[in-house]
Amino acid sequence: MKALSQKRRHPFAGVALLLLGLLITGGLYAAATTINQAQASQEADGYSAADVDEGERLFVANCATCHGINAEGTDAGPSLIGVGAASVDFQVGTGRMPMQMHGPQAQEKPRQFNDEQTMQLAAYVASLGAGPAVPDDEYLDVDQGDPARGGELFRINCAMCHNAAAAGGALTEGKYAPSLHGVEARHIYGAMVTGPQNMPVFSDSNIPPEDKRDIIAFLKTYDSQGTPGGFSLGFLGPVSEGLFIWTGGLAVLIAPWSG
Amino acid sequence: MSATTEKYTEAQYLEAEQYQPATRTGRITNYVDQRVGGTGIVREFGRKIFPDHWTFMFGEVALYSFVILILSGTFLTFWFDPSMASTRYDGSYAPLQGLEMSTAYATALELSFDVRGGLFMRQLHHWAALLFVMAMSIHMLRVFFTGAFRKPRELNWVVGCALLIMGLAAGFTGYSLPDEVLSGNGLRIIDGMMKAIPVVGTYMSFFLFGGEFPGGEVIPRLYVLHIMVIPALILVLIAVHLFMVVTHKHTQYPGPGRTERNVVGYPVGPVYAAKAGGFFFIVFGILAVISGTFQINALWNYGPYDPSPVQAGAQPDWYIGPFEGVLRLMPGFVGEIPLEFVIPTPWGGNSVATPVLIPMIPIAVMFLVMFIWPWIEAWITGDKKEHHILDRPRNAPTRTAIGAASVTFYCIMWGMGSNDLIATHFMLSLNDITYWSRVLIFVGPVIAFVLTKRICLSLQRKDRETVLHGHEAGVIEMLPHGEFREKHTRPSDYELYTLVAFESPAPSGPQPNAKGKITRTEKLRARLNQWFYQDRVEPVSREEYLEALEHDHHGDGHEGGLEATDRRSIEASH
Repeated sequence: MKALSQKRRHPFAGVALLLLGLLITGGLYAAATTINQAQASQEADGYSAADVDEGERLFVANCATCHGINAEGTDAGPSLIGVGAASVDFQVGTGRMPMQMHGPQAQEKPRQFNDEQTMQLAAYVASLGAGPAVPDDEYLDVDQGDPARGGELFRINCAMCHNAAAAGGALTEGKYAPSLHGVEARHIYGAMVTGPQNMPVFSDSNIPPEDKRDIIAFLKTYDSQGTPGGFSLGFLGPVSEGLFIWTGGLAVLIAPWSG
Repeated sequence: MSATTEKYTEAQYLEAEQYQPATRTGRITNYVDQRVGGTGIVREFGRKIFPDHWTFMFGEVALYSFVILILSGTFLTFWFDPSMASTRYDGSYAPLQGLEMSTAYATALELSFDVRGGLFMRQLHHWAALLFVMAMSIHMLRVFFTGAFRKPRELNWVVGCALLIMGLAAGFTGYSLPDEVLSGNGLRIIDGMMKAIPVVGTYMSFFLFGGEFPGGEVIPRLYVLHIMVIPALILVLIAVHLFMVVTHKHTQYPGPGRTERNVVGYPVGPVYAAKAGGFFFIVFGILAVISGTFQINALWNYGPYDPSPVQAGAQPDWYIGPFEGVLRLMPGFVGEIPLEFVIPTPWGGNSVATPVLIPMIPIAVMFLVMFIWPWIEAWITGDKKEHHILDRPRNAPTRTAIGAASVTFYCIMWGMGSNDLIATHFMLSLNDITYWSRVLIFVGPVIAFVLTKRICLSLQRKDRETVLHGHEAGVIEMLPHGEFREKHTRPSDYELYTLVAFESPAPSGPQPNAKGKITRTEKLRARLNQWFYQDRVEPVSREEYLEALEHDHHGDGHEGGLEATDRRSIEASH
């Protein structure tokens, strides 16, 4: 200890201390991130190395043009590092990716990859960095959800863009919130955790997984209950009702006179 | 006509009094008749003549929708409780069970899900309301475009305008009653509009809502307006409206035998009584089928009212659409400059929400002009005559063009009320629709005016052509010398009458007043009169028509062989 106390006024002492500090923080950070990554890859439900490799091949062939050869992003598409498996599951699973063309937002269309390929792509993207994983089945089981509570959460958090009847609505500059009728539970969940296109992310601290399940339960109840009052006219409310009375209603009224 | 021309002699009266019907039915009828005077009523109204045309039905449709509204609305009042008291929903609609909501919303849900036939009646009431205002609007357009508002019917036009306003008021108050998020948003806009009025706005809002919005008062208050005050006013106005129709007699389209002094048509009894009665049931039936098959105002979707959420696709019923649209149309900023400003006052300043106030101006002007249009037009045209024969819209080109411009103006605001749905359904940018509409609201009516006027004038010229040369028969003849000609058939006398029986006054120029002076107002009037009448197509005169007939005869004489035609063409070329 004497040597140390003697050398503390050494001209390089400050530098040595700084180096030591940097090494410790850097080391700790590196350790922490690897632990995180380890957790993430554990969360990613044991994708095998083969899945990741196959996913990478699919990625390079179908996605790299826009997202970059290492998914680092280009001018044409964002980086996919850290977007998580849930993003891939949603974007590819609903056919939005690969994108058909550039536009205000990716359109839903018939999906290009089957379930296995989608899983492999998800495995690859999940291997790039920590991100939201594909939801557990536990949170997709609508029987455990509370539709009334889900409805309340839906009206507070979702209806301003997706419409009270989940029929979708307009956003700025040609973007829009799509209809949620008939959307699979895992995709609804995936959209909430990843915030695709212009949708905000509803993280688990914002809406806990159980609440997300309630929302899904509400949407599924809504899908299955039908329309109590007859044809829905697109669930669009007063506009389609007004259009109907001015077209169909008026035509039926005038028709008897046209004889 | 002297006072001695009594209809019946004293002896006849005595005879009538002593009349004893033979049958039991006859005795009952006679008993009632002697006390009620039914014979007189039937004699007076049963022989009233009404002309027949399909465009005359919309007023009727409005009346019948109103009757259906009263019937279905009465049913709804038996269950609906307009209370804003809080309750917990325990009805049969699962996705709302256990939620706290107002009694108004809970009973509206009860009506929809737990009262037998309740949902049907609610839908019938709502569809009938949409039909009611639509029928009134189309009726009004018919009256406008055919000039039926002219003397002596100006006051009845005003009554009609008042009925339209009452219809809007009835619709809006009804729309607000169920107290879900959608109707609450509507009330919030009304609240915002009132609060935008400088100085007194806040007080007005507090007065209506009984405190800060939404308070606990507004639904019961709107309910009283909706089920009592407004329907009563509508009833009174309808009575005045119909009384005036009887007094003025119904207008009729031009045609042979129809003059300003007669009405050609069928009597009320039995023809119109049967027709109208039957038509009531047709309207009722159509509405019932629509209400039974098409869902309207699915209020269970919107959830109990909460001032914080607004939902995509939140729109008012169609007739409030233009009000919504004009608000969506109005920019809040021009470039970087906000349109809202604050008037500094000793108590800290009053903000003036111009983006909310300015849009009210075109709406107010539109309704004001609508009310006083009969007088505006009469002043411009200087027409003081009575009119019982309707104008065909093409024969009043400027008026028709003004109407089309107004309809365009209305429709742009109307469309803007649904700009979000137009954006999603036609894959357009919401912003672009809004920017374009801001241009169109000024340019569109002008384009509509010019186009409509030109179309009217062209149609008038086509009418002249038809009168003078007849219809193309679609038969091509080859004459002996090889010339091809299309045969024309003369219009029938009936059609001819319709085509030539209209007035097309020339601009009158400024008229001096009693003192022989031409005032400045008169100069303005003359200029407007010039603008109103300068482009005109005159109806075919008797002389022109006879000349055309003469020409036809010559035409027949043309078939004089090759040489004759040749000679004529040579003569013509010289």
